[in-house]
Parts: sequence; structure tokens; C-alpha cells
Amino acid sequence: MAPQHRLPFEEPTAELEAVLARLEASTNPNQDHSEEIRRIRKELTALKRRIFSNLTAWQTVLVARHPERPQFLDYQELIFEDFTELHGDRAFGDDRAIRAGFARLGDFKVMLIGHHKGRNLKERNECLYGCAHPEGYRKALNKMKLAAKFGLPVICLIDTPGAYPGIGAEERGQAQLIATNLMEMSRLPTPIICIVIGEGGSGGALGIGVGDRISMLEFAYYSVISPEGCAGILFKEANEQTKAKAAEALKLTSRDLARLGILDDIIPEPLGGAHCDHREMANNLKTYLLRYLRELSEIPINDLLERRYQKFRRIGVFEEGLAEAARELAQELPPGRQAM
Amino acid sequence: MMQPGARPKRGVPEGLWIRCPNCRNTIFRKEAEQRLNVCPECDYHFHLPARERIKQLLDQDSFEEWFTDLRSLDPLQFSDRIPYPERLKQEMAKTGLKEAAVVGRGYIRGRPVVIGITDFLFMAGSMGSVVGEKLTRAVEEATRLRLPLVIVSGSGGGARMQEAILSLMQMAKVSAALARFDSAGGLYICVLTNPTMGGAAASFAGLGDIVLAEPGAMIGFAGKRTIWATVRLELPEEFQSSEFLLRHGFIDRIVHRKDLRTELARLIDYCERPGVRTHTVAG
Repeated sequence: MAPQHRLPFEEPTAELEAVLARLEASTNPNQDHSEEIRRIRKELTALKRRIFSNLTAWQTVLVARHPERPQFLDYQELIFEDFTELHGDRAFGDDRAIRAGFARLGDFKVMLIGHHKGRNLKERNECLYGCAHPEGYRKALNKMKLAAKFGLPVICLIDTPGAYPGIGAEERGQAQLIATNLMEMSRLPTPIICIVIGEGGSGGALGIGVGDRISMLEFAYYSVISPEGCAGILFKEANEQTKAKAAEALKLTSRDLARLGILDDIIPEPLGGAHCDHREMANNLKTYLLRYLRELSEIPINDLLERRYQKFRRIGVFEEGLAEAARELAQELPPGRQAM
Repeated sequence: MMQPGARPKRGVPEGLWIRCPNCRNTIFRKEAEQRLNVCPECDYHFHLPARERIKQLLDQDSFEEWFTDLRSLDPLQFSDRIPYPERLKQEMAKTGLKEAAVVGRGYIRGRPVVIGITDFLFMAGSMGSVVGEKLTRAVEEATRLRLPLVIVSGSGGGARMQEAILSLMQMAKVSAALARFDSAGGLYICVLTNPTMGGAAASFAGLGDIVLAEPGAMIGFAGKRTIWATVRLELPEEFQSSEFLLRHGFIDRIVHRKDLRTELARLIDYCERPGVRTHTVAG
């Protein structure tokens, strides 16, 4: 079924989809539309492929935020079996923006953790659009430690605009809880697979984002600051134009992150984005998870932890030493002498 | 090294007299400087540049600076109002620093330590690749040398926007190094100064075995404007201040700048383990 909500750049497909729907619904036995239906389907596919292979950074953000994009609970239902939710952070309360629990995937028992944004108004009010409080990060870590104790791998599905910016969140130590997760996840003695399934909003995303595989769905984004926030700083105002510029500057798409050497894999989305076909998306994700659960579970823990350390250790772009000194020297010399 | 005219700014603005932003009194600049950049009227702690901090905390001439030749690049070709490389040059000229972090080894009242300082004056003390790398190397050196680690944070800018996702990942990088330091039994003391926010607060500055703060520092995760825009409620008094954090249980002690050195020395002594050398420089 075609999605209800249409993004501005998806409009061109609307017309074709409408014609297709009309033809498919036609019940006149004297007319055979099959030839035409085939033709339009082909055209539609080509059009979608064209649109989605050339998305701008800002358009990608819009796809990542699509209201019908599959979320944590969709994947939990489509991929996993026997999900047994565990609610307690043992200190303050049950944060509905982060879910955690045992689940089965093929032969594997896993700890499934992730942000849930809410698929309807009721869920969204409860989950605050996936913006977690300190108790959410504490719960996540508590369950990861439980998983490690009993040798279960951890899967983290990341989907948040950012950690919740509120009074209670600050009173209860938002920064401190996120920091603790970064530190503890870096040395948690069990495999961790982190996938950005939608929005990877800064520290709120990273707070459950340290692991052995860091991957993204094709049209997810991962950024240090929201395009809106960045636009506000750079251009003093966040409108459609400045948000698009900011998104571009932040290099936040899966392709950008792969190019910067931060990402392990890009998990392909169905034609037209994950919101067009939840089942196909879930299958792609499932295949991916099974592959790396198998691979990671065969690595001795000490090697795994060393690799995890090195994975983050090497991130960063800078220059050092003689090359820099030489360049400074060259700049100080008058232009005529540089050739020497 | 320094150009005339490019004298690094003191935390207290230029001029003979200055106005304290806290008590609004006009105070004699020299007097504030003599009191470690603290207001003589109300004890407001002005910004303290990294070099001054080193002078105040470490024994005279004991500081050995490390990794001085790391330089930021511009992998994203980022331009805020000016291109990032230009901005870096301006910040270098303004502060006399090469980056927002200074790291190295020194002594605090005879006790050897590895120390890292982030300076708010350099791009708001924000953490990009170089700051992340310098802090990480400092932590790794502290692990190797089995020395106590002190990081004085003045990172109001959190993760540096100009290096985008690379900056965000520095949070994970330095936290992972701190995990190893912790596993190896190292003592890490954080000193939070005004301001410590966002990605800094949510990584190295939040991970000390002991967390100290200077009085009246602003410390938190989200900026006040962002919070206000989200909740549309008046923020509590002293919200995100050192005193607020102490009350809520997230820091151990608020320490006046004049007592910081003595306190650090005392805390290091308390955590000294029999059989582990801490009073001589190892390695």
C-alpha cells in the first residue's frame, strides 16, 4: 500500500500511483488493463529510483523522519520473537523513549534495546518522540550489563532527534548518564551491534551507540547537531533554505559517514524508502543482524574489545609533526623562494 | 613566539578597571588578577586561560607539554560565518594557543600527574578531532605511566560543530580511553569550570572518580535556550550551576580556585595505593 503521508519530493509519484490504483480497482471484465498496469508500474519504479538515488541531505533527513517509517516496535514485531520487555532502571522510573528486553532472533538470544518515537499520538506523548531522559540511558546500560553477564549479544536500534532537553533531565544528570554509557559500552564484554534506523541525534544517539558494528539504514542520518540547531547558529534563522544548507554542511547521510570512515555498513532500504515497505526493510535488517551476530559471536571477547577500542580510537582527522612544520615554514618564506 | 598586539586575553577584560558580571561592582583589574582572576568583592570566578591555570595548579616550571604539533584539518570544508581554517587561525591569534586543549605532565605539590585543560577562549573549548586526540593520548599516557589524571574542563561548546560527526565520535573515543584507565586502576579527577556543557559534560567531564567544580560554573547537557524552547517553563534558580549539581548529587565538592591545588594534592594522597609509586615520575 502506498504511504499516506507524502514528502514534497515524492509528489511526482502521486499522479502515477493514482492512475495505477484506478486501473487496478477497475472491475470492467471487457477491458484488459494488464498491459497498461505493467507499463505504469515500470515507470513508477524508474521514477522512484531516480528520486531516491539523488536525495539531498535535507531530503534524507525528511525520509528519516517520515511519520510512517518503521520504528523500534515495528522491527521488534517483524524481526524478533518472544520479546520480553524489561522496564526497570533501578533508580527513578521507566523511560518509554528507550525500550529494552530479551528477544530471540533465529538461534540467537539477544538483548534488544532501542529508542521508540511513537507511531500515534498516544505513543508519541508517552515516548516524547524518542527523546530519552537519564533514566532511559540508565535502563539501557543496566540491561546491557545483564546481557553481558549471561553472554547475550546486544542490539541497539537508534532513532532519536536527541536526548530530552528539559529541567528534569538536567536535574537527574543527562550528561553524566550518557557519559557513563559511552564508557561502559566501550568495555562491555559481549558483542554490541548498533544500527541507526532513523534519526541519529547527537549525544542522545551515541548514548546507546558504542559497539562492534556501527551501521545505518540507507536513508537514516547521524549528526552532532540537528540541521535546525545548526541553521540557527550559522544563519541566525532556521527556514527551509537554511535547514537544507545546514544539513548539507553537516555531512550527516549514511554515504557521508561511510566516506568519513565512521560507518561499517549501509543497510539498503526498499525502493522509495523504508516507509514504503516495512516488511522488506525488516528482512534486510534481519539478514544483516543474523550475519553479524554469527560473525561477532565467534570472536574471542578480548579480541572483540580490542577491536572495539581501536574502532573508535582511530576516528579523527588532523595532521601532526614535520609536515605541519614544513608548511608553516613555507608560508613564512617569500613566494619567490618557495620553489627551493 | 607571540606577536606584539596578539597578547592573549586574560579572563578579565583589558583596561584598568573592570565590571564584575556577577556583583556589578567596578573592580581593579590587577587586584582580580592577583586573586587568581576571582572578583575581590563577590568571589565570582572569571575565566582562567589554560596557561594561567597551569601556573596556578602545577609546581613552578614542572609542566612538560605534550603533543603540541597536532593541528586541526577541515575534512568537511565547513564554513560557519567564516571558513573553519580561517576561524582556527583567528582563535590561535586571539588565545596564543594552537588548539582548545593543552595536555602534559607536571607536579601538584610534588605529586606527579598527567593534566589536561580545555580552554573556553578557544572556540568555546569545543572538542573536535585534535582536542579528542590530545585528551585520549593524555589518558593513554596516564595509563602507561600509572599516574593520576586531572582534567580541567572549560568546554562550553561541547562537541565542535565544524567537525560534525567526527567531533561526536571523539566523545566515544576519549570515554573508551578513560574506561581502560579506570580498569587499570587509575585515579581520574575532573575539575569542572565555567562553562562545561554538551558533549564535554557528556563524555570526559562526567567520568571522574572524583568530580570537583569551581563555584558558580555553568554545567549541563542541553543549553538553556534549547530547554526553554522545549519546555516553555521558567528555569529553576541556579539551574545548571555548580551549586545546582552539588545539590542533585552529580559533583563531589565545590572548590574555590585558591584551594584547588591543595585539595587536588589531598585527594591524590587519599587514593594512593600502597606499593604504587606516585611520588616519583615513572617511565
